Amino acid sequence: MTITEERPPPQEELARQALGAPRRGVASRIASKTGGGFVQIFLVLIAIFWTVPAIGLFVSSLLGSQTSGGWWTFLLQPTELSLDNYSSLLSNGDLVGSFFNTVLITVPSTLGVVLIASLAAYAFAWMQFWGRDWIFLIVIGLLVVPVQVGLIPIAELYGSLGIFGSIAGVVLFHVAFGLPFAIFLLRNFFAGIPRDLLEAARMDGASEWTIFRRVVLPLGLPAIASLAIFQFLWVWNDFLIALVFASRDVQPLTVFLQSQTRQFGESIDVLAPGAFLSLIVPLIVFFAFQRYFVQGTLAGSVK
Amino acid sequence: MTEDEPGLRDEGQVATAGGAAAINPPDKQPGLGRSWWSLAYLLPALFLLSVVVLYPILYTIVRSLFDRTGDSFVGLDNYGVFTDPATLTSIRNNAIWVVVAPIVVTTLGLIFAVLTERIRWASVFKLLVFMPMAISFVAAGIIFRLVYQADPDQGVANALIVSVHDVFAESSAYPGAGPREEAELASADGGFETTATYGTGDTVALGLVGFAPADVAPEAVPASEPSGGDTLQGVVWLDFAVGGGGEEGTIDNDELGLPGVAVQAVQDGTVVATTETGADGAFAFEDLAEGDYTLALPRDNFREPFNGLDWLGPALITPAIIGAYVWIWAGFAMVLIAAGLAAIPRDALEAARVDGATETQVFRRVTMPLLAPVLIVVLVTLVINVLKVFDLVYIIAPGSVQDDASVLALQMYRVSFGGADDQGLGSALSVLLFLLVLPAMAFNIRRFRREQQ
Repeated sequence: MTITEERPPPQEELARQALGAPRRGVASRIASKTGGGFVQIFLVLIAIFWTVPAIGLFVSSLLGSQTSGGWWTFLLQPTELSLDNYSSLLSNGDLVGSFFNTVLITVPSTLGVVLIASLAAYAFAWMQFWGRDWIFLIVIGLLVVPVQVGLIPIAELYGSLGIFGSIAGVVLFHVAFGLPFAIFLLRNFFAGIPRDLLEAARMDGASEWTIFRRVVLPLGLPAIASLAIFQFLWVWNDFLIALVFASRDVQPLTVFLQSQTRQFGESIDVLAPGAFLSLIVPLIVFFAFQRYFVQGTLAGSVK
Repeated sequence: MTEDEPGLRDEGQVATAGGAAAINPPDKQPGLGRSWWSLAYLLPALFLLSVVVLYPILYTIVRSLFDRTGDSFVGLDNYGVFTDPATLTSIRNNAIWVVVAPIVVTTLGLIFAVLTERIRWASVFKLLVFMPMAISFVAAGIIFRLVYQADPDQGVANALIVSVHDVFAESSAYPGAGPREEAELASADGGFETTATYGTGDTVALGLVGFAPADVAPEAVPASEPSGGDTLQGVVWLDFAVGGGGEEGTIDNDELGLPGVAVQAVQDGTVVATTETGADGAFAFEDLAEGDYTLALPRDNFREPFNGLDWLGPALITPAIIGAYVWIWAGFAMVLIAAGLAAIPRDALEAARVDGATETQVFRRVTMPLLAPVLIVVLVTLVINVLKVFDLVYIIAPGSVQDDASVLALQMYRVSFGGADDQGLGSALSVLLFLLVLPAMAFNIRRFRREQQ
């Protein structure tokens, strides 16, 4: 009798377990409350610390280069802020051109990787051929190959093919070096598609192409979306590959911006808005598709 | 037809059961046809991978044995590059990067992931910290060039540490001030000391220049020389009249006294008494024993103001760039570790708590061991990434300190394309980079094979 009296009602016990709250004495509960307060303050400070650099860039992009005092003084003189830097940026032919070059490089590189890798991933996941597992292991090995290894040989190759400096060359390089990660990501996802679905389609006499298009691609869409976002950001943000392979008239935004950093102090009214322009597209993509971005990060943390 | 169906179904079941050991679906078509078809799916990928990724690996190794133009075979001569100072600097920097950056990033990621487990706005926090992962190294580099501007009125890093510093160490009142050349004060230990000696009852006028009247403390009033009294007394004033006029060495009308200057009476090299000037610059030593003293104005009066650190200078450039890298990648580690934490079964934690383990014990004995595989994956990923770091260094390090900040990937670019155009040397550096990632390659392959089993 006494035992049952001491016991809390079963529902309460269950709720407590579900919340994962450990049993604690009063003292440790107080300690954890105040500790929680410190944790909150600490995390707020960290969040501020993490945000301030980016805010600094944004505010600087709205200030003239002649402004005295740091960008943080804009709170005292908010009238100093203006969009002048941005309007003069839009009349800067080099910058606008480089923005479009970035788009021209990024879109085909992303589409190319998604298309080629989907096909290959399907073959690795659901087709039978000689040496399949070994070839796939090689693909995994290629995940970590540094881009630097490709620069000199491909520069020579492009030179003899006559595509050095062209957008096509940059795109080809991006697609090839994006493939190992893409195939790895998609193959693992495709392999998780229930066998019965593919079996059923084969029973119905569907060709491999039909199965690929009608079954695997629709079901693999989450992984394909992750991959597309990743590849898009990777190519959009690339600097080194474009620096080596893109000639001046097809240089993307990152290369243009870097060329302005040599006179950092003087060109801050071009650099700050230009950098903001270059990061706003990835940020929009990031916020719009953060779920896929995080999934891709979790699935492919090997590159 | 209906009679055939069960048979077909049986066949399929048998095939599935028999093929359980292999991952492969059962073949419907003859093997050859299937192989041919799979080739069509694989061909674009295999072609690109062979030509743009595999072939360069082999070619780079061969190319590294030839000279700058690739015309003549030089054996291993290019690998002699590893003994030249520029390459050694970049290897040293790479070593610093590889040791410091992954550990700092992973530790921060772990702390953030653990601390955000119990707060309500965890998703907002994670979003903010993860955000830099989406932007380019170039944009991040420009952001941090701004952060690290040397002038505390431009760079937020120096603004922050200067204001923190000034809270603890008051800045000096008169940086850069000093006596006129012919005056009776001589430099001593960063401050100034009179060349003559004085006794009680004397009045000493010490004129200083080299300081703008506008910067004198607002409470200052025109200087006046104290008179009378039998103590050692005097005045420290700004020997400079606004608008010209005034005679050097004498206290003219409207010349300001300098308040708050520490004055020491020194006898035989030891400081006997210390006092401070008032609003009119006057000072007096009370209760001073008779004797001969020199007067000293110690250096604390004239210390240059603290202007923060030279982040982009040769000494701090690598830690500064690593700071930017941490800003970008901490979110990555946090998200992966948070996913790992979420995957730990609640039962295991509960069981330990029921057994009376403290929260610290639960974390160290249960959480950490279960989290270890995730931490290793994060560390390995970061090490691979850090080995190849290029953009951040290239953007953040100003041209004049790129030699001090250089890392292997940057050195490889500079040697092969950025002026030197020695692609033999560049290939040798590429081969080194490739060799450095080989263990990671083996790690990935082994991990994958284990997961397949």
